[in-house]
Amino acid sequence: MVKVLLFAQFQEAAGRESVEIDAAGHPVSHVKSVLKENYGILELDDANVAVNEEYTNMSTELKDGDTVAFIPPVSGG
Amino acid sequence: MSNYFRITDQFISVENVVNKVVRPESGAVNTFIGTVREFTKGKRTLYLHYDAYVPMAEKKLAQIGDEIQGKWPDALVAITHRIGELHISDIAVVIAVSTPHRADSYDASRYAIERIKEIVPIWKKEHWEDGESWIGNQLETKSYPTGKPEEEDLYG
Repeated sequence: MVKVLLFAQFQEAAGRESVEIDAAGHPVSHVKSVLKENYGILELDDANVAVNEEYTNMSTELKDGDTVAFIPPVSGG
Repeated sequence: MSNYFRITDQFISVENVVNKVVRPESGAVNTFIGTVREFTKGKRTLYLHYDAYVPMAEKKLAQIGDEIQGKWPDALVAITHRIGELHISDIAVVIAVSTPHRADSYDASRYAIERIKEIVPIWKKEHWEDGESWIGNQLETKSYPTGKPEEEDLYG
């Protein structure tokens, strides 16, 4: 299983802080599709993605135990 | 070094952040303080809520510190960003940079705040008089044709 962390507007859209998805062996883009279809998070195209706290891209292949985070456009400062 | 780059849900003491970078080698300490603004383009903010991916945000703040040491080898940087509910004039972020001479401390401080707005996973929700919304990227120094940072912007 892969843990998927949701923040800000994504967290509100899904109504939860994280979800577990059976995505080992799949690319990050698979998780993105599942979030859109099953959790109603539609604005993922502007998001960046991090795996295990480092930015990466949609083609990265996931392993069991990975933590994926979808990062909406940041607005700190 | 981890104490130099922090996310907190508590009030930030400017003096504590500054004291982390004061040292005999420095002749300048530049301090940037980001505060909550009441009016944005005529629209009144009641309060803000900041959310963060805390462990990654602290790592990305530390990365900014590393980038600064690459560009200004004599600089020492400390950054603390607050999350949670903040009210008008509350301090959201404090950046302190010490260097031997003043010019580098200004440049490195500016670099730090611009990078925070690019790569640090912190999000601001505005609670306006007439509604609320999560704020997208607020980069004012460069434009992104695709609407988001490109990969090279994320890696420094």
